[in-house]
Amino acid sequence: MTEPIMQQLIISGVGGQGILFVTRLLAEAAIKKGLPVFTSETHGMAQRGGTVLSHFKVGDFSSPLIRPKQADGLLVLKAENIAVHKNFLKSNGWAIANGEHDGKQAAEIPVHNIDADSLAQEIGNPQAANLIVLGFALAKAGKIKAKQGKLFCTMTDIKSVLRNRFGKNKKMLEASLKALEAGYET
Amino acid sequence: MTERRLLLGNEAIARGLVENGCAVATSYPGTPASEILAAVASFQKENKLTMHTQWAINEKIAFEIAYAGCQTGLRTAVAMKQVGLIVASDPLMSAAYMGVKGGFIVISADDPGPISSQTEQDSRLMAMMARIPALDPDTPFQAKEMIALAYEISENFKTPVMLRPTTRVCHSRQDVALEKIMQLEREVKFEKDPSRWAATPRFRFHLHNEVEEKLAAIARHKPTEPVCLNPEVKSTRAIISSGVAAAHTKEILKELNLWQTIPFYQVLQPFPLHTDFIAHWIETYEEILVIEEPMAVIEMQLADRHRVQGKVSNTVPSVGELYPENIEEIIGKFTGKKTKKLAIPFAGGRRPTLCAGCPHRASFYAIKKAARGGIFTSDIGCYTLGLNLGAVDTVLCMGAAVSQASGFYHAHKNEEKRPDIVATIGDSTFFHAGIPALIDAVVQNVKFVLVILDNRTTAMTGSQPTPTSGVGAGGEPLETVDIAALVRGCGVKYCKESNPYNFKEFSARMKEAVKYSRETGPAVVISRYPCVIDLARKGEAAEPIPITITDDCDGCAYCIKQFECPALIYHDENEDEKYTTVDPILCIGCGVCLNVCPKGAIVIKED
Repeated sequence: MTEPIMQQLIISGVGGQGILFVTRLLAEAAIKKGLPVFTSETHGMAQRGGTVLSHFKVGDFSSPLIRPKQADGLLVLKAENIAVHKNFLKSNGWAIANGEHDGKQAAEIPVHNIDADSLAQEIGNPQAANLIVLGFALAKAGKIKAKQGKLFCTMTDIKSVLRNRFGKNKKMLEASLKALEAGYET
Repeated sequence: MTERRLLLGNEAIARGLVENGCAVATSYPGTPASEILAAVASFQKENKLTMHTQWAINEKIAFEIAYAGCQTGLRTAVAMKQVGLIVASDPLMSAAYMGVKGGFIVISADDPGPISSQTEQDSRLMAMMARIPALDPDTPFQAKEMIALAYEISENFKTPVMLRPTTRVCHSRQDVALEKIMQLEREVKFEKDPSRWAATPRFRFHLHNEVEEKLAAIARHKPTEPVCLNPEVKSTRAIISSGVAAAHTKEILKELNLWQTIPFYQVLQPFPLHTDFIAHWIETYEEILVIEEPMAVIEMQLADRHRVQGKVSNTVPSVGELYPENIEEIIGKFTGKKTKKLAIPFAGGRRPTLCAGCPHRASFYAIKKAARGGIFTSDIGCYTLGLNLGAVDTVLCMGAAVSQASGFYHAHKNEEKRPDIVATIGDSTFFHAGIPALIDAVVQNVKFVLVILDNRTTAMTGSQPTPTSGVGAGGEPLETVDIAALVRGCGVKYCKESNPYNFKEFSARMKEAVKYSRETGPAVVISRYPCVIDLARKGEAAEPIPITITDDCDGCAYCIKQFECPALIYHDENEDEKYTTVDPILCIGCGVCLNVCPKGAIVIKED
């Protein structure tokens, strides 16, 4: 028998980047796979351009929050957040960051960087950096070993969630899939 | 198979309401409770339910409407944030004495931290003062379960019942099973009983007696008893917790391998704490640790204090949210288990700011220029962030922008030199609590300017409608109220409307209003432009004006300090070459910044 899936992810950025949307896609992917899911997010004033942080847990957890040094992975939509949010990461966890960051900030943790903002401009969808980062994460953290926190879901799972969400809105669906793939192929 | 849906805690609460036959649900928006009513309205629509859902003008009115509903025998509920409960505390205290006919739930969401509130007050203490029971859910799942429990207690004991979630319950999402929706189809019947529903003080004495008897019985009510989650474990010490702190504690005890060694009790009903439980712990344990937030409500009800560790004994911090890492450390100390001291360093991150293109920014910039050196009172809403521009000096509570302006005027009026006073208040907040204060200012002839920032919505809490919107909680058409007519009806003689995006005209209007207020009396300017988030969502955003910054920019940073638009990016990496640029992704092209640069370097971009 395989071990039951227990995964904890931190997703962070600033207000307006679509952090909650990415969290939601991952959560819906978990539900589709029949896994219990728990997420926690920031609302209200903190959302107005301030730092936004999502905690995401799949598996048999009772608390909505992740403690320091417990996260398997880190998805950072604004690289500057690495400096603080790297503290959530396990010693062998993985990190994906949008944009360049100061090398010192990320000291001790290996970070996969992607320039999702430029890529989003290139594909003509400047708001889609969040999906590009998610696609990139699916590629990078989908290929590692289970022990190193292999992402619990795949590109196929997320695509199917997007199809469910935007079933009737072909234009939105295509734009979203395009952004997701742009990140995945990078 | 029952559908499992990803529900926000607030949506799970809403689902619990409709599954248990709630027929009237009311609310005033406030983080972290705002999504409850919207979700009730959306379940109502989805399932074509016969019920009344509404945004009320404030929490007191929301409470009174829902309370009258339960007086007719219907199941009803009112939802608000903890600060809102204070606004509704007048009817709360009295309703506790009068009791209910149909079930009535008061949902008051607390905000330890505070994350999005003025204070870390504890609604459970309000329940204690009002003499009604309070339930404390640990997850969205349990919040939904507790709605059934709350209606059962409410109808059994004829009392309002409080459900007290905290931010982490309201704003976490969990997969929750959707169960059958119950439409009770009760007869709506208000039975006259003046000795109860209109009780005079003499009858209130008897009602108070009833309340205390009810509470004593509720403190013995089996279904809400504290639960020992690992009953096979025996020890001389135990841990007691409630709400989300209990959810953290459970996970931590398991991870620290303490689940088999230390008994753990979850309190479902912090007030009144069960009588038998209080006796049980005294007999069974030498020492207990109580973990709860934000205040020591369970702890205070435990006798034999020298054996209780918690907030009162300074074992658990009394200020700020209890993060799981704090709880881990506290449990480590209590059990002698070694834990690593870990914390996420407080790095502030980015401070919240008004959105790029927000019409409030234009208003604030004009206000500062029209009343230099003035006193700027403000209020609760997005526009609190006018702080960043130096255009907000005070924020006390809902509606206080107006009454504090009066207070500052009266304090200064006998002085030789009197500062200009400009108050800012949002449309929703003006309706909520600003109107009585404005009437007071008219009567006292307070010389000040009130700027009503009318963005046609309750923006901070997620764009709920206001009395000017003409739509209800479910999008149904409603009547509207005209702010200008209302202001004139309050007796204000100077009331003008202006669009802050027409910056020159708006600035002239502000100067005129300030002059009027110096010489004559209260002046009101209604600054009207819709919230840009709302416009973008509806696909109605104005055609953007392309902005660029020319070489005339000498890096003086005036625009950054005085206008503070997040789309203006300041570059000071190089000491000799400082300058500002426009972020093309954030900029929505409102064009207001064209009026800001003293060097004239912010211009329309020509192709």
